[in-house]
Amino acid sequence: MQALLAAPLLVPLATACLAALFWGRAAAQRAIGMAGSLVLLAVAALLLREVAAGGRIVGQMGGWPAPFGITLVVDAFAAIMLLITGVMAVSVSLYAMASGARERDRAGFQPLLHSLLLGVCGAFVTGDLFNLYVWFEVMLIASFGLLVLERTPAQIDGGLRYVMLNLVGTTFFLMAVGLIYGLAGTLNLADLARLAPGIANQGALAAAGMLLLVAFGAKAAVFPLFNWLPAAYHTASVPVAAIFAALLTKVGVYAIIRVWTLLFAHDVAFFGPVLGAVAVATMVVGVLGAAAHHDVMRILSFHIISQIGYMLVGVALMTPLAIAGSVFYILHHIIVKANLFLLAGAIRREGGSFALARLGGLWVGAPLLGLLFLVPALSLAGLPPLSGFWAKLMVIRGSIEAGANLVAAAALLVGLLTLYSMVKIWNEAFWKPAPEGAALPAPAMGERAASYAPIVALAGITLAIGLWTEPFARLSLVVAGGLLDREGYIAAVLAPGATHLAGVVP
Amino acid sequence: MRPSLILRTSAPMLLWLSLLASLYVLVRGHNEPGGGFLGGLVAASGLLFHAIARGPEGVRTLLVLHPVQLSALGVLLAATSGLPAFLGPDGAYLTHLWWFAELGVTLPLGTALLFDLGVYLAVVGMAVAIFIGLLEWKAARAAATEGGE
Repeated sequence: MQALLAAPLLVPLATACLAALFWGRAAAQRAIGMAGSLVLLAVAALLLREVAAGGRIVGQMGGWPAPFGITLVVDAFAAIMLLITGVMAVSVSLYAMASGARERDRAGFQPLLHSLLLGVCGAFVTGDLFNLYVWFEVMLIASFGLLVLERTPAQIDGGLRYVMLNLVGTTFFLMAVGLIYGLAGTLNLADLARLAPGIANQGALAAAGMLLLVAFGAKAAVFPLFNWLPAAYHTASVPVAAIFAALLTKVGVYAIIRVWTLLFAHDVAFFGPVLGAVAVATMVVGVLGAAAHHDVMRILSFHIISQIGYMLVGVALMTPLAIAGSVFYILHHIIVKANLFLLAGAIRREGGSFALARLGGLWVGAPLLGLLFLVPALSLAGLPPLSGFWAKLMVIRGSIEAGANLVAAAALLVGLLTLYSMVKIWNEAFWKPAPEGAALPAPAMGERAASYAPIVALAGITLAIGLWTEPFARLSLVVAGGLLDREGYIAAVLAPGATHLAGVVP
Repeated sequence: MRPSLILRTSAPMLLWLSLLASLYVLVRGHNEPGGGFLGGLVAASGLLFHAIARGPEGVRTLLVLHPVQLSALGVLLAATSGLPAFLGPDGAYLTHLWWFAELGVTLPLGTALLFDLGVYLAVVGMAVAIFIGLLEWKAARAAATEGGE
């Protein structure tokens, strides 16, 4: 069991190292990368099977007891996120075998991709606030490398903005960690959850919470810290943009949900309205930004921002249904968003551009692509019976039951505007007659198969979540129950022979 | 600018001196200041000196492996050093195992030394990759400006 617990870290780490050992040999790197992604998916599936009923697997690294050592915790939430990370790893590894694979792999795509996965998985399994900071840094370094893979001036410009904002964010994170350590004398999340309600200076704790919100919010691209995202994502190559869109912002959301359900659950009166306002503003600003743009990559980037708002509703309301809605939303969103970015790559290959003005007539040349685009696009807008409908239903019903009618109204309105953006892409790229200009030569059969396979698979998952919602919704409710069960989390981490720090705290 | 004769002659000696010192720092690090990271930096400084005297190519041939490969090998070694922990009863990852060899004096050997060695290699690889990259970039830029004149 302990080996399985460490596996989500060891598999990407070993894959990154092995791929780097084959430096300069693209084909071998690609095979290793694919194998590593598949093993990661298998490991995540095994972990989810262990904890699907609501249990937790806990391990103390190096045998140092909590709260002194570094704790790894996999509960249902972490396991779901790991599983979806595995799905994304396999999809992107497969897609990255298509066009441009050689140049990417020569620039070090495989080691960087798996280092990124290492940081993401680490952030999901850690039970320690400072360790979370370390995984954020691992992720940041790997993502910077991935962002400037092609070394074009536009990429360097986007990458610099990305790094600058994220460095400011992680500095805020570090300050918050210092403040919290000063207040509580521990950084183990379970120990902090135990001590947080009893801390005398709640004002200082709330201030540290706001710093953490800035740090995680910058990662998650919430209003008003989202400017880096459209600037950086639209310059990245397609597989990189897909994995970023799927995972990077969601790690920020995951950190917010994890930390707020553990550390600040006793202070909903203060943080609830703050998070609610941030959620609504993020939804609205993101969708308006998307409506104003006419480039596929930029529209999709702004939609990530808008959707992040939905995921924060749960933690703002702190009710089981609302949190389950957020979890379901994350699940649905990662699949759909990554798929849309992969589709954007396919659209460019068929039509030659990301700019809507230069696209057109794809429905005639590539009707299959059009159908495949409709599945995630309509799901993102929330049309029944696709996964986005159920995700929005859970979030909106959770808001109404908690009396947050304003949030529910914003969520409905934003859904409508999302539909507008998706229909805009559809009309411009597929429906309108093709503009003057030479069509690209059709890609080779093998390349087309490698780039279409993940798109079809992810569209299939979207349809499966939509048509067979019961198990996914039930799992989300289990996750929400586990997140609200702070006592259970604390007991699981600190239980046998645990040393309590109560005497040390002033 | 060509490095001086004195520098070119003394560079190999300084290289071995710094490598020896780095190994001392590496082993000393278990209970006293030092360890894989510091040792790696000391070794890398020796290699940097060699690169200035004999050119980046000299260091490349000396290392055999590409610096990135060296780093990967180091990280892999460090990660592997935590695996024997799983052999024990509910051992947690990175719980290091110890073997006290009695060879006249008690020699405390353990998997932690492998971990430190991995860090050492990773640091050497990364530092070399960075300064070789910078030196070659500088050389390429110098060649470009000469060609322009």
